[in-house]
Amino acid sequence: MNLHEYQTKSLLEREGIPVPQGAVAMTPDGARQIAIDFGSMVAVKAQVLTGGRGKAGGIRLAGNPDEAEDAAAHILGMDIKGHKVQRVLVEQAAHIKAELYLAALIDRTSQQIMVMASSEGGMEIEEVAAHSPDKIRRIYADPFMGIRSYQCTRLAREIELPVALWPAFHRLVSKLHAALIKHDADLLEINPLIINHSDQLVALDGKMTLDDNALYRQPEFGSELGSEDQHPTEVEALNAGLNFVYLGGNVACLANGAGLAMATMDAVKYYGGDPANFLDLGGGSSVEQVTQAVRIMVRDPGVRALLVNVAGGITRCDEVAEGMAAAMDEIETRIPFVVRLVGTNEAEAHRILEPYDVEFASRFSEAAKRVVELAREGAA
Amino acid sequence: MSILIDADTRILVQGFTGRQGSFHAERMLEYGSRVIGGVTPGKGGQEVLGLPVWNSVAEAVAEQAVDASIIFVPARFAADAIMEAADAGIGLICCITEHIPVHDMIKVRAYVTMKGSRLLGANCPGVISPGKSKMGIMPNQLFSPGTTGIVSRSGTLTYEVADALSQLGVGQSSVVGIGGDPIQGTNFIDVLKMFAGDPDTERVVMIGEIGGTAEQTAAEYLKAHHPNLPVFGFIAGVSAPPGKRMGHAGAIVSGGGGTSAADKINMFRNMGLPVADHAEQLAEIVKASLEDRD
Repeated sequence: MNLHEYQTKSLLEREGIPVPQGAVAMTPDGARQIAIDFGSMVAVKAQVLTGGRGKAGGIRLAGNPDEAEDAAAHILGMDIKGHKVQRVLVEQAAHIKAELYLAALIDRTSQQIMVMASSEGGMEIEEVAAHSPDKIRRIYADPFMGIRSYQCTRLAREIELPVALWPAFHRLVSKLHAALIKHDADLLEINPLIINHSDQLVALDGKMTLDDNALYRQPEFGSELGSEDQHPTEVEALNAGLNFVYLGGNVACLANGAGLAMATMDAVKYYGGDPANFLDLGGGSSVEQVTQAVRIMVRDPGVRALLVNVAGGITRCDEVAEGMAAAMDEIETRIPFVVRLVGTNEAEAHRILEPYDVEFASRFSEAAKRVVELAREGAA
Repeated sequence: MSILIDADTRILVQGFTGRQGSFHAERMLEYGSRVIGGVTPGKGGQEVLGLPVWNSVAEAVAEQAVDASIIFVPARFAADAIMEAADAGIGLICCITEHIPVHDMIKVRAYVTMKGSRLLGANCPGVISPGKSKMGIMPNQLFSPGTTGIVSRSGTLTYEVADALSQLGVGQSSVVGIGGDPIQGTNFIDVLKMFAGDPDTERVVMIGEIGGTAEQTAAEYLKAHHPNLPVFGFIAGVSAPPGKRMGHAGAIVSGGGGTSAADKINMFRNMGLPVADHAEQLAEIVKASLEDRD
């Protein structure tokens, strides 16, 4: 789960990491009031869970309350890469002497927590990685000992931080590392980390991704599962216990297991179709979950055909068939179904679906090929 | 031969009395695995499937020899169950449980390594050495004995591939699911190393997916250490959009390059490793390579 900039910053502030003073507004007048309170130049920043806000015009500087109101009026409601702006963060503008990069994250390669820093802050770290990989420096936290002080010193030296700032940098790195663990985050990124006019290190922007598997012990954010920023169908699927990603194509795909679900989409694409979604039933799903999955998929107006591809193991094919039958009893749909159910209780599944207007396939590629054909006919 | 488990492996089941634990223990027994009993705290002294239940792993190993443990404990307690098995000196620990918090797994992985045990998973389907033993949740009937090793990040996709291979008459030496999580007790390279050292494994099928760069690291390892081991690949997620997590916690195309299916496939092909265009074709190219040889 991704947190907004304002959520990340309020959390950083609580952990003792300096951030600019700011407040959130949902209306232009709200932004105006905040600017009046600050009585200085402010930055008005769109709060959306996507990168490239600046380029899209989602960040504006305002010299007085009138300008802050204008800026907010312009930014609120804006569409940035499919994300509608509902909130702006209004912050005291900072004087920037230098822009750095600092992040703590789960690193798969080392299977540890990694702290990454760079003297090249303010742009996407992937860009830095592409044009000057030497400018990205890394240290690794021992799972039991954490970050050691000499590592911070090395990191500070390697990113050419002025010696006077080393003690503050040490404190910042340990707090960031501690916050990553305390909040069960996969990623906690400060970009840019600035050196301001009074030579302080300040987090000018913040990004945080929480581990969905640990939300149960993070009560502050655990209740926000399925944020406002997600596609509504994805939120509905999430609540039904399904792994669903909306893709917008013409062939709906239902499978069990993430790998098989992806391979199913891939095969549809390979034979010239366009997957409408990723849908993983998960292991041992219930009849109701299958019914809900079918409901969600056939409701998508772009869908022309539906493919069910289930390898029964923990998941029982007859339960998948029952769930499909229940959905077809309830919904009037002209969308053709291609069904491939193999493994546990496969024969029983075929018997259940016999009275329904579905096409059976036994081989994976045959199923993918056929569903693509049907989608083409449906579109014509 | 086979890797990780064989007909003699004595297996303990943690979470034995639960729905999943007892169901799969029964399937394992049907397959011929030597399940010796299980652990559920507070239920020691009972019997399940005619086998003893102990309160702790320590109690189990005090009474019987145990080579391996399979864990079906719910996510909130699974990290502890893994450490309990490691503390009891069990050499191979297979954790089926999904949704264990990643910060717990970082510590657990380091802890298990320190104790000298091997962890498989978490969030994995386990391992099967066809015809000998199964320690996992895969359907029994899809696998057949042979000389092709399979290592995979995905569960059900592995069943598909094993089934397709079996139907073409290509049997398997061992099939290992390393799981789809970002933190893994056992990775591709660990398993490839074992297959390379197994006299009965003549070729390996490697099933990867989007996210991370473990497939590339494995391909580089193969080139450097086992250039003559025939390896056939498949990468799931060619059609996955960037930035979206596809079911598995680890399956996400993220910035920085190398994590997309296309990147991984290109890397494999550049190293001369054959990669299938779609899942079913994987078995066909393995079969074709055997015919070429004849």
